[in-house]
Amino acid sequence: MTGRSAGAPGSAGSVAGAGVDREVAAWAEEVGSDGPVAAVGSRTRWGLGGRLASGTRLVSAPVGVVEHRPEEMTVRVRAGTPVAELHAELAASGQRSALPERGGTVGGALAVGESDLCALGRGPVRDAVLQVRYVSADGRVVTGGGPTVKNVSGYDLPRLLVGSLGTIGLIAEVLLRTQPVPAVGTWLTSLGVDPWAAREVLYRPAAILWDGTSVWARIEGHPDDVAAERSALGRLGRWEVVEGPPPLPVERWSLPPGELRTRPAAECGPGWIAEVGVGVVHAARSQPPRPVPAAVAELHRRVKHGFDPAGRLAPGRSVLAGAPGAGPVGGGR
Amino acid sequence: MGSVPAPDDALVSELRSILGPDGLRVDSAERALVARDASVFDRGRSGPVCFPRSADQVRAVVLAAVRHGRAVVPRGAGTGLAGGAVPLGAPVVVALTRMNRILEVDVGARVAWVEPGVVNLDLTRHLRPLGFHFAPDPSSQQACTIGGNVANNSGGPHCLAYGVTTSHVLAVEVVLPDGEVALLGGLDPEPVGYDLRGAFVGGEGTLGIATRIAVRITPDPKAVRTLLLAFDSTVDAAETVGAVIAAGIVPAALEVMDRRITEAVERYVHAGYPTDAAAVLLAEVDGAPGEVGTGAERIADIGRAHGAVSVRVAADDTERAALWKGRKTAFGAVAQIAPNYYLHDTVVPRHALAEVLEEVYAIAARHDLVVVNVFHAGDGNLHPLLVFDRREPGIMERVLAAGSEIVSASLAAGGALSGEHGIGVEKRDYMPLMFGPDDLDHQNRLRRAFDPDCRANPGKVLPVGHSCADIQALERVPTGVWG
Repeated sequence: MTGRSAGAPGSAGSVAGAGVDREVAAWAEEVGSDGPVAAVGSRTRWGLGGRLASGTRLVSAPVGVVEHRPEEMTVRVRAGTPVAELHAELAASGQRSALPERGGTVGGALAVGESDLCALGRGPVRDAVLQVRYVSADGRVVTGGGPTVKNVSGYDLPRLLVGSLGTIGLIAEVLLRTQPVPAVGTWLTSLGVDPWAAREVLYRPAAILWDGTSVWARIEGHPDDVAAERSALGRLGRWEVVEGPPPLPVERWSLPPGELRTRPAAECGPGWIAEVGVGVVHAARSQPPRPVPAAVAELHRRVKHGFDPAGRLAPGRSVLAGAPGAGPVGGGR
Repeated sequence: MGSVPAPDDALVSELRSILGPDGLRVDSAERALVARDASVFDRGRSGPVCFPRSADQVRAVVLAAVRHGRAVVPRGAGTGLAGGAVPLGAPVVVALTRMNRILEVDVGARVAWVEPGVVNLDLTRHLRPLGFHFAPDPSSQQACTIGGNVANNSGGPHCLAYGVTTSHVLAVEVVLPDGEVALLGGLDPEPVGYDLRGAFVGGEGTLGIATRIAVRITPDPKAVRTLLLAFDSTVDAAETVGAVIAAGIVPAALEVMDRRITEAVERYVHAGYPTDAAAVLLAEVDGAPGEVGTGAERIADIGRAHGAVSVRVAADDTERAALWKGRKTAFGAVAQIAPNYYLHDTVVPRHALAEVLEEVYAIAARHDLVVVNVFHAGDGNLHPLLVFDRREPGIMERVLAAGSEIVSASLAAGGALSGEHGIGVEKRDYMPLMFGPDDLDHQNRLRRAFDPDCRANPGKVLPVGHSCADIQALERVPTGVWG
């Protein structure tokens, strides 16, 4: 079989298919429809989901910001673009996205699906994607979602792709929601303040971090509101302005935010830093695999099989890697 | 009732033993009732109507339907506007209105667990003393259910700033079409595996039945300001909307109503809208006091610069509530003009709003139809209502033709088919205008992963030519089933 090019001829006449650009189409040709293949970005989270089978061909998504429409608060960007580059371009118009800036690419950030440290204020990564174009296991360009800020037409393929680790489609291009950069933003820290008391007094904090003794808070917004938030915090204890958040250990836990008072201290080992109100905990120790009930594991198998029947996308890697009860999800049947 | 033939005796008696005598209705009146929703689609046909009270009963009903080879269609309040809840081919209907308990509210974690039949506004009323609310606020929020909101990924005026339902759903317990039970998503921020929760929300009942939902609850804003701007032309109002967003302001809501609907609303609820303006723009900013004050001033300035003939700021909560009551009863007020309406809820890029609106008026004029516009302008979500009396011979054809042209105009402007109402059966056959065959094929793969045997709400979302979408077959009632 040979790779089929983007959107044509099947997509003729549909609005979605009409917009597939040459770079994306060329990448679809490169991905083709034969042999094990995986997309590679900056390898910042490369080990997630398990080791790729040997012989897997690596392909890099096309790069470049296609179109930023500040007045629509959207940006169309190719997946190989570094997030930092995207954000530099958005910043020129006073905007940003919810994607984390950790040295990776747009496609990598989305395939991994981990949110920014300021997710409390900016929202999770999964809410940032309005439309996704990906190359399917048989080398076609598939468009999911819609070109506008609001859309419920059909099934939500963008959310399915976010966090899928490249196992059901290779993300080529996305339309992202952008946000205005707030007028003022500052990091504050305090020793001994109760982070939940801080959460209580702050209206819309961008982040509250806690390591069991110290609290860091990121406050953003209108200057008057930031000043008011600072004085509200001041009533809880002494706060100091700092350059940024503390250095974070590399492992990432996902816990219900209601369980952060006790679980990190009990389970995450020394040096943990929790995102209060969110539930992500940064720690040196890795989170034990989370069990997956049989019915959920079966759904995963059917999704993987439906989108990649031959198991050619990122073989060896699974979104349920190591999860008790999951059984094999990746790979073909 | 007694006169109804009941060829499905075995299924019915099984369902009755699961649900008890008051949990099952097979009479023609009840079946006729659930054969419709708030759309104009009137070719639905219901089988037995189940009113489960627990997830266990839902599961048992689904398993019984599976054993008898029957499809299952979930139903909330039936306020949907796209025919998503309309049963095709006499399936078992599962009405979730009796599963209406708010199970748990955890203010610290900002989560509420609810059953699917909880009415949207009831949850917000329940949360009000705690200083919280449920952010999605569809116009039908006094009647529509959270389960229905999940099925349709519903929006509402305030979703401009807060996001639609999927941004407010953390986890869903689902009875899958084969009767298995699965918890999708989780209270933790990055649950393991694919985002099946995200895939399920907006699935319009074709991926299973939600039996328990964890929703995010949102703190009430510290400050709110509501403005009413009047314009001499709808285009000026639309251009103001684009300019507000371009200025980097994210209002809580930006709603436009044209003169005809404003007049109808005024007659209906006396909300205090000016009836001499070509269009009114209802703008709301909420949040912290500083941003709200600045945002409101800038919106007023931008409005005046775009030709607003008056700018009124609601003086108090009473005035604000009246203005919102006017907006949210708009669809009801349409009855003042004519008994029926048909609408699309396409979305267009905000810069194209004015242009597409003009086209909508021209399309209606060409088909000699009355159109009124009341819509979520801030996110470009149009709601052109074609208003008519369906007793007039031949009018339905004109209405559908005009609707189709409105869809084409919106998509040609770079838009989307549905912003918040969903696809259901009414908008299903427009899907190929927005998506190519490969795109639809992949949507179908997602659907089939959840429902390999096409048991869940068949005939919805995906157009004819894809599995689970054979409307012709569905309209032929299976042998041995009620006609």
